[in-house]
Amino acid sequence: MNPDTFSTTRFSFDPCSSFYQFLGTHRPELLPMARWGALSVQHGSPEIPFSNQIPPWPHGTTVLAFTYQNGVLIAGDRRATEGFQIASTRMEKVFQTDEFSAMAIAGAAGPCVEMAKLFRIELEHYEKLDGKPLTCEGKATRLGYMVKANFPLVIQGLVVIPLFVGFDQKREIGRLFKYDITGGRYEDTDFHAVGSGGKDARLTLKEHFRQHLPEDKAVRVAIRALSNAAEEDVGTGGPDLLRKIFPTVKLVDAHGVRDVADSALTTICQELLSEERES
Amino acid sequence: MAMPFYVSPEQMMQDRAEYAKKGIAKGRSIIAMEYNHGVLFVADNPSASLFKISEIYDSIAFSGAGRYSEFENLRKAGIQHADMKGMMYSREDVTARSLANGYSQMLGTIFSQEMKPYEVELLLAQVGETPEGNELYRITFDGSIIDERKFTAIGGRSEAILTFLRKETSETSPTLKTALQLCQQAFEKGADPKTSLAGLEVALLDRTRAGRKFRRVETTEALTLLA
Repeated sequence: MNPDTFSTTRFSFDPCSSFYQFLGTHRPELLPMARWGALSVQHGSPEIPFSNQIPPWPHGTTVLAFTYQNGVLIAGDRRATEGFQIASTRMEKVFQTDEFSAMAIAGAAGPCVEMAKLFRIELEHYEKLDGKPLTCEGKATRLGYMVKANFPLVIQGLVVIPLFVGFDQKREIGRLFKYDITGGRYEDTDFHAVGSGGKDARLTLKEHFRQHLPEDKAVRVAIRALSNAAEEDVGTGGPDLLRKIFPTVKLVDAHGVRDVADSALTTICQELLSEERES
Repeated sequence: MAMPFYVSPEQMMQDRAEYAKKGIAKGRSIIAMEYNHGVLFVADNPSASLFKISEIYDSIAFSGAGRYSEFENLRKAGIQHADMKGMMYSREDVTARSLANGYSQMLGTIFSQEMKPYEVELLLAQVGETPEGNELYRITFDGSIIDERKFTAIGGRSEAILTFLRKETSETSPTLKTALQLCQQAFEKGADPKTSLAGLEVALLDRTRAGRKFRRVETTEALTLLA
């Protein structure tokens, strides 16, 4: 922390309280794309010799979100794949980003986790500098900016697609935003799912989603959608009662963000399983 | 060509120190006090929106007395430093000690090299997992760091406030209620006899909170605390 890098005068007229922008100006080498900037081979591309020598890297898969009675639910499976291998059975893809928001990511695991971490710092940084947190809309916009900045990595094969949910304290509703790889931001009023099993999860949600579902029903729908996706898609891991691995389910409402406990998830998974046996 | 007058270094430093002290003497005071579950900050601040106490990181809070624009810049720089360090290493690696060092370096350099020294005094606190782990630092305009225990104060009336507190505090760490009472009395006796709770800005580093320990205490909550 010498006076040079820890300069004070430079920030006084900067209207932006963004940590991402701060890194870009002062320590660009710490931004995610900086590390990959020089790497110009595409993973698995047949035109480039040696490229098949780059081993596959972990990918996180299915995540979903939908609105329910008190706010918005966000959930994700726990599997990460590495080509045809399973890289992890307990990966976390759903992250609380501040008191009233959470995000989930599908795509290349490393950059995904990094983006979630950076986004959390971004929100906290703004809150501390400005004295009050960003609005729900403002948070969604910031994330869109970060996805857009990630585009050079997308071209290199490191896709990161987030889902963002937040409780809008002014309007008192749960809100859900989806993004495309170019940083396009779209608000959804009901449900969405992304990742390799995203389409399968969406099909289940289409059938079982209703507006204003009560909490217990909403959690069941989320587990059902993820289980169905796991049955159809190799990249998605279903609930594993034997090893006690359950999807992550977070609820975002007027009181903040909370996890659905493993004990509650166990019961729901067992119920769904016995339902299937009977049918 | 006019030759600049020779001014001895002693004289120059003395002039600067006097200038800075004069500026700080005009500023209102702030107290930081350890209580049984953390660290209490109380600032004499009639504004409800321009804060003097602020969160820097998970368990670290900052407060500045003197010229607003100057300590506001230092506050921002501290947050940027802390967030960057926390991102590069881990959240536990961000410490008040290293921040205090940074502030000291910076204020020291400004004091000896710039045209005008900063007219600020800073108070930096970190709440530990145990009461013994608490850290309180007072950093003065010339970059000196003073490592404090139990309580400390900065700003124009800090001497009078400290004299009162030294007399009144006991060996055991007080409850939040007692600590807040002591601080309010200290402002009444040391600074302004008409000090009311509404004119005080109160914030806590509360060890019992999960994650971020910093929390502001609104006037209504402070009133119920003292009731």
